[in-house]
Amino acid sequence: MSSVAGLTRATLAKDLRLEWRSKDAINSMLFFSLLVVVIFSFSFDPTAEESRRIAGGLVWVAFLFAAVVALNQTWAREMRNQVLDAYRVSPAPPNALFLAKVIGNFIFVTVLQALMTPLFIVFYNLRALGPIYQLPIVAALGTWALVVNGTFFAAMSLRTRSREIMLPLLLFPISIPALLAMVEATGAILTGEFSARFWIVLLAAYDVVFTIASLFLFGLILQAE
Amino acid sequence: MSYLYAAYIATWTIHIAYLATLLRRYTRLRNEIAEFKGRIDEK
Amino acid sequence: MKRAFPILAVLTGVLLSYALYQALVVAPTEQTMGDVQRIFYYHVPSAWTAFILFFINFVASIVYLIRRNAKADMLALVTAEVGVVFCTVNLVTGPIWARPVWGIWWTWDLRLTLTLVLWLIYVSYIVLRRFSSSGQTPLLAAVLAVFGALDVPLVYFSIWFFRTQHPQPVIGGGGSLDPRMWHALWINWLAFSCFAALVCWSRYRLEVLRRDFDETLALEALLEPRGSKARTS
Repeated sequence: MSSVAGLTRATLAKDLRLEWRSKDAINSMLFFSLLVVVIFSFSFDPTAEESRRIAGGLVWVAFLFAAVVALNQTWAREMRNQVLDAYRVSPAPPNALFLAKVIGNFIFVTVLQALMTPLFIVFYNLRALGPIYQLPIVAALGTWALVVNGTFFAAMSLRTRSREIMLPLLLFPISIPALLAMVEATGAILTGEFSARFWIVLLAAYDVVFTIASLFLFGLILQAE
Repeated sequence: MSYLYAAYIATWTIHIAYLATLLRRYTRLRNEIAEFKGRIDEK
Repeated sequence: MKRAFPILAVLTGVLLSYALYQALVVAPTEQTMGDVQRIFYYHVPSAWTAFILFFINFVASIVYLIRRNAKADMLALVTAEVGVVFCTVNLVTGPIWARPVWGIWWTWDLRLTLTLVLWLIYVSYIVLRRFSSSGQTPLLAAVLAVFGALDVPLVYFSIWFFRTQHPQPVIGGGGSLDPRMWHALWINWLAFSCFAALVCWSRYRLEVLRRDFDETLALEALLEPRGSKARTS
């Protein structure tokens, strides 16, 4: 009888290994992200002063789109191989599966962010005037916020028509406070004009609330498919 | 002043539009039920 | 019970007419804004009604999650739909009021933004219900409603702080109300609440009819002896 942690780790390792071999998701996400960065750079060509103010918004919208691409394929492999049915009848705790998926997505999106950020810095001539050590914290908390709800809603969307559009449709409204926090915090750190502390706390609160809610309700959703 | 009337008219337009969709769904349902009854009576 | 519906309908009609009269004629003209301010008597009750309906949806969703009660699910569906209608009215009358009075169509102030986010959440709720294939739709919808409810305080705080960082014009705020204005406001709210109840009731009955019929169709298909289907679907 696996513990939740053990099962999570095993599922996560399997997912990462499969992904590393095929590089399905990461390649499509990478290319998509690159496109988004380039298109944004064409569309918005601000001065250095302005760019620090708006970069927060631009960067996070780009990350959001990339995250949606990642999230949409979260359960694709499981669907193809009827894994979810197996999970439903097994005594394994469903939370382990969920947690593994969320962490997997978190890793994917973070890798994407790591690749896209230098591009953004180059295209927008960015230089942070505020406390730069806060940026990874904001990135981590923000990404978790998107990914925990996104993975949950991806599971909810599995049996709906227009699955790919249902996910962002459900995710975006609920994510508004988190998105606002991410954008404002990034803007605060880049411009150095005000403190990002409130936004970081809000993001942390958001993450706690929705991680608990998702873990609590995932079992129900799994049964529902 | 016209803004005032625009607001009131908009309000009722929205409400009436919704009620119209309810009516449309209701008549469609009624038709389906009548059709169904017809089928059953044939047997 | 059947008798109550026409009675409520007549009562609602009377109340709405009286409320309109109150709003347009009896209530005094506001000093600074003029007659345009009367939009307020439709704008505010719509918001209150929408929020109450969304709250009922939240409670019904929780009841459904605990009890799996079909009636709770139907109530949730109905209040979500009618809530969105009232919320739409609020979001449309808001800018129409703001434009002549404050010169802007929109501002990211607390009330307006919160209303917009609620509208977005509940529209996504309705889309989920429409696009999801039967069976477990009630469960998924109830879960989404819970998520939405959890989100509301977070939305509130995020916008509140955003406003302190980026001061925006305040719409619809300030000024004490003449007692005749309060009266007009309450009457309009009462009238629209009755109207909302009426619409919800109608929608509920429609849903009951639809579900009964679907069930009957399903039963008929089950009982149909093989090879003698009169028609398909």
